[in-house]
Amino acid sequence: MSGADYCPNSPEEVRRMLDAVGVADIDDLFRPISPALRAKSFDLPPGMSEFEMLHRLQTLAGRNAQGLVHFVGGGFHDHLIPAVVDHLASRPEFYTAYTPYQPECSQGTLQALFEYQTAICRLTGMEVANASLYDGGTALAEAALMALRITGRSRLVVDGAVNPFHREILATYLANLDVELVEIAPKAGMEDDARLRAAIDDATAAVIVQNPDFFGTLSDLSGLAAEAHGVGALLVASVYPISLGLVRSPGSMGADIVVGDGQSLGNPLSFGGPSFGFIAGRREHIRNLPGRIIGETVDRNGARGFVLTLQAREQHIKRHKATSNICSNQSLCALRGLIFLSALGSEGMAELARLNRDKAEYAKAVLGAVPGVEVLNSGFTFNEFTVCLPKVAEEAVVALLRKGVAAGVPLGPYYPDMEKCMVVTVTERRTRAEIDAFARQLEGALWN
Amino acid sequence: MELIFEKSVTGRRGVRLPASDVPPAPPLSAVLARDGAPDLPQVSELDVVRHFTTLSRRNFSVDTHFYPLGSCTMKYNAKALEEAAKLFAPYHPMVPLLPHGASFSQGSLGLVHGLGEALAEITGMDEVTCQPLAGAHGEMTGIMLIAAYHEAKGNRKKYVVVPDSSHGTNPASAAMVGYEIITVPTAPYGDMDLEKYRAVMTDEVAAVMMTCPNTLGLFNPHIREICDIAHDHDALMYYDGANLNAILGKVRPGDVGFDVIHVNLHKTFGTPHGGGGPGSGPVGVKKLLASYLPGPRVVKNSDGDYSVIPHSHESIGRTAGFFGNFGVMAKAFAYITMLGREGLIQVSEQAVLNANYIMARLKDVYDLPYDQTCMHECVFSAARQARNGVHAIDIAKFLIDRGFHPPTVYFPLIVKEAIMIEPTETESKETMDAFIEAMRDAADLAERNPAAFAELPRTMPITRPDETKAAREQNVCYFGC
Repeated sequence: MSGADYCPNSPEEVRRMLDAVGVADIDDLFRPISPALRAKSFDLPPGMSEFEMLHRLQTLAGRNAQGLVHFVGGGFHDHLIPAVVDHLASRPEFYTAYTPYQPECSQGTLQALFEYQTAICRLTGMEVANASLYDGGTALAEAALMALRITGRSRLVVDGAVNPFHREILATYLANLDVELVEIAPKAGMEDDARLRAAIDDATAAVIVQNPDFFGTLSDLSGLAAEAHGVGALLVASVYPISLGLVRSPGSMGADIVVGDGQSLGNPLSFGGPSFGFIAGRREHIRNLPGRIIGETVDRNGARGFVLTLQAREQHIKRHKATSNICSNQSLCALRGLIFLSALGSEGMAELARLNRDKAEYAKAVLGAVPGVEVLNSGFTFNEFTVCLPKVAEEAVVALLRKGVAAGVPLGPYYPDMEKCMVVTVTERRTRAEIDAFARQLEGALWN
Repeated sequence: MELIFEKSVTGRRGVRLPASDVPPAPPLSAVLARDGAPDLPQVSELDVVRHFTTLSRRNFSVDTHFYPLGSCTMKYNAKALEEAAKLFAPYHPMVPLLPHGASFSQGSLGLVHGLGEALAEITGMDEVTCQPLAGAHGEMTGIMLIAAYHEAKGNRKKYVVVPDSSHGTNPASAAMVGYEIITVPTAPYGDMDLEKYRAVMTDEVAAVMMTCPNTLGLFNPHIREICDIAHDHDALMYYDGANLNAILGKVRPGDVGFDVIHVNLHKTFGTPHGGGGPGSGPVGVKKLLASYLPGPRVVKNSDGDYSVIPHSHESIGRTAGFFGNFGVMAKAFAYITMLGREGLIQVSEQAVLNANYIMARLKDVYDLPYDQTCMHECVFSAARQARNGVHAIDIAKFLIDRGFHPPTVYFPLIVKEAIMIEPTETESKETMDAFIEAMRDAADLAERNPAAFAELPRTMPITRPDETKAAREQNVCYFGC
């Protein structure tokens, strides 16, 4: 029994269609498939009405811990989402459309993505951006591949302070290619690019960094960019978009390719996806950008219009010679990012960034005052920082989870010599009371 | 139409944020601080609402228009799916990765696992990862799994074989994993030429990538033989699941001899495509590839609870941040739950009937290069009309004025002036009849007054934008970037 039926045709209409085709019944249409090839099993439960389905999924969602207070990041952040984002992105003309292959009847999506590209360029201080990639980690991998194409070199230097998940994705993408991936051990919590500068040579395609890095430390990338450029290498920077409301843009620091994850711009946590990856670069490299790009043009009557452009780089035309295999991107999530940025505007983004930093600095102070807790970062941070505890951080995290607080990301699994440390994330959503309570609970977990 | 940036008025504000309840932090050093606020639109909330509402009305979509894009499966997106996804929106993906954190995420983990099990049964595979974020991402993941398999056996293979009718993503994905591509031409019967395929197969071939039914909408009668030949050379069979909508409950790629499959949740399982994404591309594999799957993996324990396991040392690693495009997965899970076994079988039966109905009703006015019973899509050629100077793209523009999103044109590349139509199962006979009438009118106009097409479309905000100018001038960012 099927619980839902979105096939509209009545038995009578089906009959008339079969007649038009010239077959006796629907089975006849599957005759080209010999009996030997037919499904051996299709053992699925009977269907449910939408009401039963929703009840079942509500019950399932109820098996997640409710109301955890998040101080965890790891690439996804608990941010406010203005109601306009949901309302406008939920317009079915946006969310039930497809790739804008016919520009005349897709100007809504096309113009929105052109505006998105503009917003990303302005935020990152770059000249060109595409219409989005899958997520921050895959965007980093695509940026690395782009740098290899541009320079024709095969050596990549990656800072060990880049998000470990993103480094893992990068390594996975490169595993079958003839590329030397050099990972430089981080000096956790320190603003120090000497170790990276020392690793760059004239065979290097790019040096890949994150700002703020996985430990929360903000750096000026200018010196590193100059060093890379001096030997013909590129600087690839992964950035946290909210921070750019306050922090100098990676473009102005000399980055050549800028990527990041757009989840924090109006996309819910949604257990890790969907979000979107952004990628921006310099105009001279536009033909090496992966994915879709929207361009402005005029129509036959001189009216302004927007189209998919530079498609000759893409897989549907270039097949195995394309810049990337990307076909779907994350348009709707990118649209959410654009609506978010428009609703907040210049001042709103600056204020949001300040709120994040203010709350995090407050948390840094109160957690740092807990006996035995040491803040590792010596320089500036944005909304994440690293604390080291008098015991294994995983133990404290487990104890706090039981009290409804997701305290931070323990570093042991990713940096074996840092098992007493964890990265704490504080967004604008955390209140002073939650931060104070967190400090008390951490003290209790450490000393009781 | 004006850009949101052009509506900006200095000093105007949209959404307000909560006031701070903590002291201000000391300022960043001058070298780190941004020189003033970022240059974003300064608009009111109502400005934002009007702007994006107006933009949305400049789109065709499934909810507003028939959208028979071949190879893309634009079916109705049930509203209940949106509600289902919202139930899981607040949950953080880091929680189950914390020590003992899985017990705090049993619901979300249960959904990941449940969807994987359902997809394994639907495709005839043994294990599924939902991590890949789109179909092409799944393809690349699948080819990486195949590469890991050969690597583990010490076989360095060089080639991936694809038919010339394949989706462009197939060769592009294989190339991303470092393989060279061998393309096999299509035989007169509409699928990969068996003899030419035999001729290129060697022990250096790592994989053969197929869509079945293929992009001509035809089911390959030699598919098992193709699998057997590949396996004789220890090449693995990759199934591009883009066309799975045609065969639910009828054929399972795993039963036929395929070793890997990706499934486009946004096609077969009715999740909306958002104007280009998000998609979701879970990958199913036979047991021989299971140990190479990316991590983290969700497993069901003997007590019925779910755990997250880091990947094995044989794994290819990680292909995306967390557990995949979970919000899309939740919608697909809801869809499968609602339709159930019988509903899914009905999907394919009606989709195939609808496609054959359109094919039967149009084949006297458009050329049909492969005149056979089709599956869920059919491919015509506008070659006859092109002789009068009316090309597939002109017919597309004609259809826009009649209120239909055009079918896919100029794909597959092997059909001259291709028009590829996929109605899907959710369209009614009367909608298809109206579309058929429009297509017949286009053919008629192409005979009577071919010059008229140059003026089309007339009903849209823009008409025939200059793509050459866009590519030459590369204006991809509003003035000021």
